[in-house]
Amino acid sequence: MPEKKILSANGNQMVAEAYRQAAPDVVCAYPITPQTTIVENFAKYVAQGRVHTEFVTVESEHSSMSACVGSCAAGARTFTATSSQGLAYMVEELPIASGLRLPIIMANANRAIAAPININCDHSDVMLAANCGWLMFFAENAQEAYDNTLVAIRSAEDHRVLLPAITALDGFITSHAMERCELMDDETVAAFVGEREALYPLLDTANPVAVGSYTNAEPHYEVKKSQRAAMEAARGVIKEYGDKWAQVCGRPFDMVDCYGCEDAELIAVVMGSCAGNLRHVARELRAQGKKVGVARIRVYRPFPAEELAAALGSAKAVAVLDRSETYGGQMGPLALETASALFQAGVSLPLKGYLYGLGGPDVTLDDMRRVFRELELLAAGDASVDTKVAHLGSEKEGE
Amino acid sequence: MSAQAGGAPRKWDVSRVDQQSYKVLPLGGINPDGGNSVDYITGGWRSERPVWSEEACKHCLLCWVMCPDSSILVQDGKMTGIDYDHCKGCGICVHECKFGTLEMVSEAEALAAEGSVR
Repeated sequence: MPEKKILSANGNQMVAEAYRQAAPDVVCAYPITPQTTIVENFAKYVAQGRVHTEFVTVESEHSSMSACVGSCAAGARTFTATSSQGLAYMVEELPIASGLRLPIIMANANRAIAAPININCDHSDVMLAANCGWLMFFAENAQEAYDNTLVAIRSAEDHRVLLPAITALDGFITSHAMERCELMDDETVAAFVGEREALYPLLDTANPVAVGSYTNAEPHYEVKKSQRAAMEAARGVIKEYGDKWAQVCGRPFDMVDCYGCEDAELIAVVMGSCAGNLRHVARELRAQGKKVGVARIRVYRPFPAEELAAALGSAKAVAVLDRSETYGGQMGPLALETASALFQAGVSLPLKGYLYGLGGPDVTLDDMRRVFRELELLAAGDASVDTKVAHLGSEKEGE
Repeated sequence: MSAQAGGAPRKWDVSRVDQQSYKVLPLGGINPDGGNSVDYITGGWRSERPVWSEEACKHCLLCWVMCPDSSILVQDGKMTGIDYDHCKGCGICVHECKFGTLEMVSEAEALAAEGSVR
C-alpha cells in the first residue's frame, strides 16, 4: 500500500528526493545557482550510502553533460542538474544526447541568461534547449517538480521514446521556497520508475556497438526523422505514465492544466510558477461573473498543441505570458507555439503576447489584472489595445 | 587484427544504410556491429606508402605501438607486414623505426611496379 509522507520542502529538495528514490547509477554534475542544492542534497545521500550512485564531480557543465552522454551510453541510469550559464555551456552536447537517443534526466532551475548577469528566475536559459530534442516538463511548484521528475524518468527511458528529458522548475520561486509537499514511499516510487533497460549498452561487451559514428546525409536525415517520431510517440507515453502516477499519488497530471477553460471567453496561457498569480486573479474575476480562464502548459516538448487548442475552444481572445524573449520574433516562444496550435486547429483569435519577469522582477496580481483587462478590450474589438507583444511590470521613470 | 575486407560475417549489413528508413535502421545512428570499420577500405587515401624490409627488423614493435590505424600486422609478437587496405600512408611508422627497416615510397610508383592501376 503506497504511503505518503507530508513534509515542508523546497523544489530542489523534492527533485533530490525524486533522484534518490529513482536510484540513478550515475550523476555527473557541476554546481550553479539556483540548482546547486539539488546536487548538494543528492551528494549527501551518496555520502550517507543511501544510494549506490557513482557521483562524478566534473570541472564544468560541458564536462558534466559529456560525462552524462558517456555513462548513459554505457547503460547507466544517468541524471544531472543545471541552471542558466551552465545549461548554455551544455548546449553543444544536448543534441548529441537526444540524437543518440540517450534518456538522460536533467533538472533545470530556471534562471536568467547573461548579460547582464543575474541569478533570478526567467526561462531564457531553458528555452535554449527547446529545440535540442529533449522532452521538457515545467513545474508550477515544488510538488510538481517531484512528480514531473518521476514521470519524466519513466517516459524518457521507455523504449517507445528514448529521449532525454529536462524537468524545469522556476529558480528561487520554486527551487528555494518552502512548500507543503507529499513524498511517496521509496518502494512505490522504485516500482513506478522501474529499472532502466538500455537498448545498446556499451558495457555489453559480448555485443560491441559503435556510438556516435559519422553518418552521411541520408542516414543523418533518418535519425532526425526518428527523433520527431519519438517526440510524437512521447505524447501518448507521457500521458500514460502521467495518468499512472496520478493514480498512485492522487494528483492529476495534465499536459495542459486548465482552470475555468470550459466556458472561458478570455484565457491566459502561461508556464511555471506564475500560473498561481493568474488563477488567483481569474478566481476574483469569475466571482464577478467574468468568464476567464487559465491554461498552464506543463509539458512543453512535445508541445501539446491539440490539447491547448481544445482548452482554448471557447475563447474569444487569448493572452500568452512568456518569461523569455525571442528578440525580434513576433512574440515569446510560448506565444508562438500557442499561435501555431490555434492556426493548425483552424482557429483565428485575437492573441496578445506578453513578456514578464525577465531576470526576476516581481510579477504582481495587478499585472495579471492588466492582462485580463486588455483581453476583454481585445475581445470587444476595442482599438485601444493591439496584439503587439507587450511588457508586463511596473512603469519606470522616463518611460 | 588482420584485414577482413568482405570476408568476415557481419551481424548488420551496412551496405543499404543510404536506402533504409529510420524504422529499420538502428536507433540513434548507432552501429550495432562494433568493429565493422575493418570492412571499410581506407588504403585508397594514400599518396605514399611505407615499405618494410624484414631483414633489419628487430621486431621492437614501436611502429605497431604508434600506428594510428592499426595497420602494422603482427603475429606471435613479430611484425609480419603492413595492412595496405587500411594504411593511410601517414609515415609515422617510418618516423618511429630506429633501424631503417621502413621507408616511404610513392604510391603511384608502387602501384605501377605492381602493375595495378587505381
